[in-house]
Amino acid sequence: MRREFTRRDFLKMSGAGLAGASLLGGAACGGSTGGGPVELTFWSWVPDIINEVKLFEEAHPDIKIKYVNAGQGQTEYTKLRTAIKSGSGAPDVVQIEFQFIETFRQLDALVDLAEHGANDVKGDFVPWTWGQVSEGSSVYAIPQDSGPMGLLYRKDIFDEYGLTVPKTWAEFEEQARKLKEANPDIYMSDFLADGGWFNGLMWQAGSRPFELSGAKLWVNMNDPEAVKVAEYWGRLVDDGLVGTKPPFTNEWYTALSNGTYASWITAAWGPVFLAGIAGKSKGKWRAAPLPQWSAGENVSANWGGSTSAVINQSDYPEEATQFAIWLNHNSESAKMLAEKSFLFPTLNSLLYSDEFKNQTDPFYGGQKVNSVFIQSSGEVDKGFQWSPFQDYVYTQMQEQLQAAADGKVSFSQVMDDLNSDITNYAKSQGFKVQ
Amino acid sequence: MKQEGQPETVPASPVRSHQSALAQRKRLRQIVIPYMFLLPFLILFVLFLVLPLAYAFWLSIFEERLVGGSTFVGAENYLRAFQDGLFWAGIRRMVTFGVFQIPLMLGLALVFALVLDSGLVWFRSVFRLGFFLPYAVPSVVAALIWGYLYGPTFGPFTQIAHYLSVPPPNFLSERWMLASIANIVTWTFAGYNMIILYAALQAIPSELRDAGAVDGARAWQIALYIKIPLITPALLLTCIFSIIGTLQLFTEPRILRALAPGVIVDSYTPNLFAWNLAFTNQQYNYSAAVSFVLGAVVVVGSYIFMLATNRGRISR
Repeated sequence: MRREFTRRDFLKMSGAGLAGASLLGGAACGGSTGGGPVELTFWSWVPDIINEVKLFEEAHPDIKIKYVNAGQGQTEYTKLRTAIKSGSGAPDVVQIEFQFIETFRQLDALVDLAEHGANDVKGDFVPWTWGQVSEGSSVYAIPQDSGPMGLLYRKDIFDEYGLTVPKTWAEFEEQARKLKEANPDIYMSDFLADGGWFNGLMWQAGSRPFELSGAKLWVNMNDPEAVKVAEYWGRLVDDGLVGTKPPFTNEWYTALSNGTYASWITAAWGPVFLAGIAGKSKGKWRAAPLPQWSAGENVSANWGGSTSAVINQSDYPEEATQFAIWLNHNSESAKMLAEKSFLFPTLNSLLYSDEFKNQTDPFYGGQKVNSVFIQSSGEVDKGFQWSPFQDYVYTQMQEQLQAAADGKVSFSQVMDDLNSDITNYAKSQGFKVQ
Repeated sequence: MKQEGQPETVPASPVRSHQSALAQRKRLRQIVIPYMFLLPFLILFVLFLVLPLAYAFWLSIFEERLVGGSTFVGAENYLRAFQDGLFWAGIRRMVTFGVFQIPLMLGLALVFALVLDSGLVWFRSVFRLGFFLPYAVPSVVAALIWGYLYGPTFGPFTQIAHYLSVPPPNFLSERWMLASIANIVTWTFAGYNMIILYAALQAIPSELRDAGAVDGARAWQIALYIKIPLITPALLLTCIFSIIGTLQLFTEPRILRALAPGVIVDSYTPNLFAWNLAFTNQQYNYSAAVSFVLGAVVVVGSYIFMLATNRGRISR
């Protein structure tokens, strides 16, 4: 039976709709206002970090932490940047890798933690990691884990072909040729067209591609050291001594696992990562220091590693700083991060502890793998700076380096191309490029 | 229609104005009610299409730099987009892609639909479902699967090629990348388009088919001379969708980039270019302008296509 849709019906409907909407809205914002516990949002992709979060909440009953895994690396940074740009929705504490701190500083998004007592813990962290997160007396993040570089190699392949562990890059090339002659189907290593990897090698060679001072930017992607590294790897690629597979893909994992590559130049997080993807080759790998450019030198570099930073949208910067420091400085929390989540420590007391140093790993034939990387951590060259738009740099590096690896452009040309590309981009973003 | 219960005679004055007021309110309601039904859609439409478009346009007439903030630049971003070699290279790439992929895919869809409709195949619904299934696979997952299949050293095709002592095709090389992506897109969408065409075929009155059969037409003649002309509107629809989808290609290149970063540059397709400009380069304003120019290209392309196909048809 039809009856007319009266005005009363319309009012009832819209009233119900409004009530429903406000209920939803009310339920969604469970945040506290005055008097209630402090609630912080924490973004991180470290596996199992919820345990450290719970530990903190037990020790600090007046602070509640909402943990969100917003994705790994670039995925999280895209969301973070969107939140920063829109003015709301950013977390209080967030995981940011070392190389991106400058990028987020450029957006004026990071709280200066020195204002909330961060410098009190300065001496407890590895010096170069503190150098990466601070400028003068300002502190923009607390170091969490690092990735000092080293070499992981297949002892069984080295033994089979009579290779020695290379101490210099010249030796590395020599061994690579020896391997190639003996067995053309396998490679000494894989050339990774990865911004972080190649940057690490440039870092070790003494290259300083970026220097920032206010709005003045020095871009030197093609300084002599960078070109030296590019031409070295160009030679290795052109002579077929190393593979050219893009890293972190299924094919690459398979190749690492089945012995296509006799070594992997990697960082301190590499051993655990490798054990996760190359299970078949358990027991056959060993760790060694990174080859040097000159015999007798002891220079290393860093690839990866994260920090905890506080975004200035936070309503509780003091408590957020407290959490950021506690997470990475509290001995129990730091120990859990190292042991359960396999993060390579930046806290001196943990890094140089006997327990950590003497840890053996069956995947590496019982070798004390950590001690190799602890030494590397102590040798990381200080003074390396990042650009304020590192994702752009990394993307360009990935593209151009892979193009060079595919033979489309020469390696020496790549550094020049990268330099002019980045210079133009920096200018378009308003930097005064020197 | 509700029966008008009012008597023909003109009522006395106060009653009459009351009646006409009622009638007016009812007319008003009849005008307003349809819009109220549309209101939820309109709200969402404005919120999620019109406002973002307006914001994007607003973005596109400014330029925001990492150093120096936001300045008004008018049409400068658009001029830059029109002169951008990378953008037009992407468009050219997509046109090349479309010229080969769309006829192939729609041809397959048409053949599948006709075969299924002809009733000459048993287990019709199994085939229908089977052809449609790839579309149900999320495009990211599909791209990942195919990325694995295309693996140049350990992928299945390469292994088969080794087994047969044939040089393995390098699907992810510069030469074959477009074809490899075209393969994924065809695999995904042939079934989807087939369903649309199949539905259109179902709408053809069976008398026409019977008449054709009576006249001695064989199955393929019925298909060619009766069925295809009658489903032309559906064909045109799928064609337009395919053109628009091709010009907006994004997911497959984005996923495959990890496997071949030297081939899939960040401006490989115009959509990918706009996305990278915004989310990697932080050049939001230029990205907005590029998006609008891409939208304009899509509109122009669609319009040209509609014109071209309308020329032979009887105008209404």
